Amino acid sequence: MRLAAPLAVVLLAAPSASPGAPRLSVPYEMFRLPNGLTVIVHEDRSAPIVSVNCWYHVGSGRETPGRTGFAHLFEHLMFEGSKNVPEGAFDRWLEAVGGSNNGSTQEDRTNYYEDVPANALEMPLFLESDRMGFLLDKLTSDTVDGQRDVVKNERRQSYENQPYGKVEDALPPALFPKDHPYSWPVIGSMADLGAASQQDVVDFFKKWYGPANASLVIAGDVDAGEVRTAVEKWFADVPTSDPIDPIVPRPVVLREEKRVVLEDKVQLPRLYLAWVTPPAFAPGDAALDAVAAVLAGGKNSRLYKRLVYELQVAQDVTAFQYSQGLASTFQVIVTARTGHDLVEIQKLVDEEIAKLQAAPPSERETVRFQNRTEASFFDRLESVGGMGGKADQLNLYYFRTGNPDFFEEDLARYRALAPNDLQAAAARYLGAGRVLVSVVPEGKRELAVPEVGK
Amino acid sequence: MSARFVVRAVLLALAPVLGAAPLLAQADRSQPPKPGPVRALKLPPVERLSLSNGVNILLVGVHEVPVVEVILVVRAGAVADPGGREGTAAMTADLLDEGAGGKDALALADAIDFLGATIGAGASWDASTVRLRVPVARLDAALGLMADVALRPDFPEAELARLRKEALTDLLQARDVPAAIASRALAQAVFGPGHRYGKPQAGGAAELASFTVAELRAFHAARYTPGASSLVVVGDVTSAVLPALEKAFGSWKASSAAPAPPAVPAPRQLTTRSVWLVDKKAAAQSSLRLGRIGPSWPDPAYAPNEVMNTLLGGSFTSRLNDNLREQHGYAYGARSLFRRNLTGGQFLVATDVQTDKTGPALGEVFKELDRILLPASPEEVERARNYAALGYASDFETTSQMAQRMVDKVVYNLPDGFYEAFVPQALATDVAGLQKAARAAVDPKRLAVVVVGDRATVEAPLRALNLGTLRVLGVDDVMGKAPTID
Repeated sequence: MRLAAPLAVVLLAAPSASPGAPRLSVPYEMFRLPNGLTVIVHEDRSAPIVSVNCWYHVGSGRETPGRTGFAHLFEHLMFEGSKNVPEGAFDRWLEAVGGSNNGSTQEDRTNYYEDVPANALEMPLFLESDRMGFLLDKLTSDTVDGQRDVVKNERRQSYENQPYGKVEDALPPALFPKDHPYSWPVIGSMADLGAASQQDVVDFFKKWYGPANASLVIAGDVDAGEVRTAVEKWFADVPTSDPIDPIVPRPVVLREEKRVVLEDKVQLPRLYLAWVTPPAFAPGDAALDAVAAVLAGGKNSRLYKRLVYELQVAQDVTAFQYSQGLASTFQVIVTARTGHDLVEIQKLVDEEIAKLQAAPPSERETVRFQNRTEASFFDRLESVGGMGGKADQLNLYYFRTGNPDFFEEDLARYRALAPNDLQAAAARYLGAGRVLVSVVPEGKRELAVPEVGK
Repeated sequence: MSARFVVRAVLLALAPVLGAAPLLAQADRSQPPKPGPVRALKLPPVERLSLSNGVNILLVGVHEVPVVEVILVVRAGAVADPGGREGTAAMTADLLDEGAGGKDALALADAIDFLGATIGAGASWDASTVRLRVPVARLDAALGLMADVALRPDFPEAELARLRKEALTDLLQARDVPAAIASRALAQAVFGPGHRYGKPQAGGAAELASFTVAELRAFHAARYTPGASSLVVVGDVTSAVLPALEKAFGSWKASSAAPAPPAVPAPRQLTTRSVWLVDKKAAAQSSLRLGRIGPSWPDPAYAPNEVMNTLLGGSFTSRLNDNLREQHGYAYGARSLFRRNLTGGQFLVATDVQTDKTGPALGEVFKELDRILLPASPEEVERARNYAALGYASDFETTSQMAQRMVDKVVYNLPDGFYEAFVPQALATDVAGLQKAARAAVDPKRLAVVVVGDRATVEAPLRALNLGTLRVLGVDDVMGKAPTID
C-alpha cells in the first residue's frame, strides 16, 4: 500500500548519462554494535510494513569438500528454535502478529527476512537476536535430522524431479577445480547431508554465524532513532564473534572446452554453454549483463531473433551473468525444437557470439538495454521487504561494495557502457575455455554435442 | 578487488561514531514481545473517470517510484471461447503484440523495449487483459503502442504459424513436468470432461494445430469492445493523464453488435471420492493434488474462508505444512488454496512427497482434512486470523499488486470497500466461524485425488488406504498423445 507520504525514494535532478533521468537514492543510517553487528536503517513511510533483513556472510563457498550443503541446511535450522524460542515458535509467533519470513542460500551469503506490520517490529528483532546469540542452546540431533529430511525433499522437488535438474549438480564441478569453493552445488550432496554429524553442525555455526559476520537491515514504516534503541536492546547481549576473513576473488581460467552429456526424462534436448567470468562489480561484470541482454533479452536480441523467431530451431533461449564474489559465471541456455540437435544449436550460438566479438553492437541495441535496465531499477525500488526488496538490496550493496545506497552508482555502471565495451567483454570473456552441457532425452545421446574423445 | 575488503574499510571509518551508542533497555527474552496497536488498512482512493466512448477508468495514484501501469481489461476470457475452439481467447491475446498498427512483431517489440516498457497480453477464465508498464516519463509514447496492440492487431499468418509451433512444443514439454500433469488431471477429475474448466484454458493440441487467423480476428472484433472494457491505471500519475488516455483509446468504437456476455454453467459438486494414479515411471516424488468445487467471486465468505485456509494450508505453520514437512519430513512443503472465478471455483490441496512415503503422506493429508472440520484451538484461530488480516496490507504494496487488485475488482464485480472490509471480517472470525467455513468448503469424502508418480512403488500403498475407486492412467490419458510438430 502506498500513500502520498514523504518519498522514500529520493529522486533528485542530477546530471546523468540519460538526460532528465532521476537520481536514485535510498537514504539510510548505519551503525555498528560493540559485538560487531552492522545495522542499516531505512525509513519508508509509504506502507505500514517493516522488513527485518539479516545477511550472514556465509554461503556454500565457505564449506569444505565432504561437508557440503551446510550453509543451506542452516538456513533451515535457523527457524527451528533457539534458547528462548521453542521449536516451531519462530513461525507461530511471527504469523500471530501478521508476519511472514523466508531465507535463501547462495555461494557467498545466506539471507533471512521477516516482514511484519510496523506495529510488530520488536518480534523479528527478538527472534533474529535469539537465534544469532543462542541457537546452539536448543539445537538437537532430532532437529538436525528433521531438517535434513526436508532438505532432501527440497532437493528431490527442485532438482531430481525437475526436467533438466541434473545440470545443477553437473555444472559446478565442470566449471571449477576440485578445491574451488564453487565446485559443488549450493544445496550440497545427498551423501554429505547424510554424513553431517551434530558436532560438524555446531562447529559450522560457531565459526560463521556471529554478529561480526552479519549485517542487519531494518527498512519500512519506522523511526530510525526508535529502531536503533530497539536493536541495541535486542542484540546487545549477543556474544561477540571473531571477525571472518573477507572473500577474496579466485579467478579460474579454463584452458579448453569441456563437454558433458547427461540423459534425462525430457522431451527436448537442451544445451548449456558456461564460462567463468569476472566477479560481481569487477570490471567486465556490468558489460556482461549487457552482452546477455544483446544475446537473449527480448524478441530483437540476437539469439532469440535468429534461433527462436527466424529459424525456429529453438523453443527458448536464455543468457545471464550470475555475479558472485570469487568468480561469476556467464551462461547461455537453449532448448532445441523437435528435429534439431545440439550440434546445430551450438554452431548457431557460436556464430552469434563470434559476430559480437568481431564488431560492436549497434547504438540502438546498447541504449535499448540501458533504458530497460533503468526501468528495472525503478521496479526494484517498489517493495520494502521480501526476497529482493529494498531491505535485501541494501544488504546486498553493503555486502558487495560497503555502500548500502549503491543504487545510483550501480545504475551508472550500465549508463556508462558504450557499444565497444560490449564487444570487448564478449571477446575477452566468452572464449574457447568453457563448459558445454548437453541434456538429451534418455537413450538419445546422438542429439548431444559429443564428449571429447568419445 | 574484493568486495569484502571494501566493506571492512568503510566500517573502520565509521567506528568512532559507532562506539558511542549507549545501552538503555535490557531485553526480556522470557516471553515474545507484544505488538503495538493494530493499524487499519488504509488504501489510497480509487478515482473513477471515463472516456468519451464510455470506457470506465479506475485510477489509483501510487507515487513512490516514477512508473505507471495501464491495463485494458476486457470482460471476455477463456469462458468466451467458442464451443470446440478452446484456447481462442488465449491465442488471440498471444497474437496481439505480434504485429499491430503497421509495425511488424520485431519493430513493435523494439519500440516497446526501447522505451523501457513492457506490454503483455493474456487471458484468464473471465477476462482478457493488455498490460503496459512504463516509466512515467515515457507514458505517452507507450500508450500509443499499447493502443495499437489492443485495438489494431494485424494477426499475421506467419506469426500464428510460429506461435502454434511454440504452443504445441509447450504442450510437449509439459509432459516432463509432474506438476503440469497433476494440474491437468485434477481439472479433469474435478470438473469432468464436459465442462469448460475441465479442458485446458489455452486449448489442447487439436485446437492449437487448427486455429486460423480469421477466427482469432473474429473473436477480437466481437469481444474486444469498449462496452466490455475498462481501464485500470495505477502509478505515479493523477487524473491529468486523462487526455493521454482519451487520445489513445477514446476513438475506439465497437465494430459489430455486442454478443451475449460470456457465461459458463455452474460446475456440479463432486458426490464421491475418486483416486487417479498417473504413472510417471521412476519419479523421485509423487505429486499429490486433491480438489473439489469451491466458491465463486464475489465470495460472501471470503474472509472466514481465507482464515480457515490459512490454518489448513495457507501459511508456513498451517496444519498441512507442519504435518507433512515439519513433523514427518515427507515433503518440502504442503499447501491448500481457493481459486475463484465469476462462476464456480476450486478448492485444492497440493504437495509433492517423496515416492516411498506416498501412502503415509496421503493418509496424513486426509487426517488434516478430517481434523479441520472439528473446532480448532482458540490459539490457532487467533494466529490464522492475525496472519490473514494483518499481513493483508502487503498485498497492496507495489504498483503491480495494486493494479492486479483493481483488475480483480473490475472482473469479479467486487464492491467498493471490499478489500478494506476484509481486515475486520478476518479479525472477527472465531472458532465457530472457522469451523463453519471448513464444513462448507472441505468434504474429505467428496473430492478428487490425483497422484502423479511411480506406479510400481505407490500403487499398493495407495490401494491399502481404501480411499475409493482407483483409476490408473498413463501420461497420454491425461495430456493426450504427444503432439507432432512439423
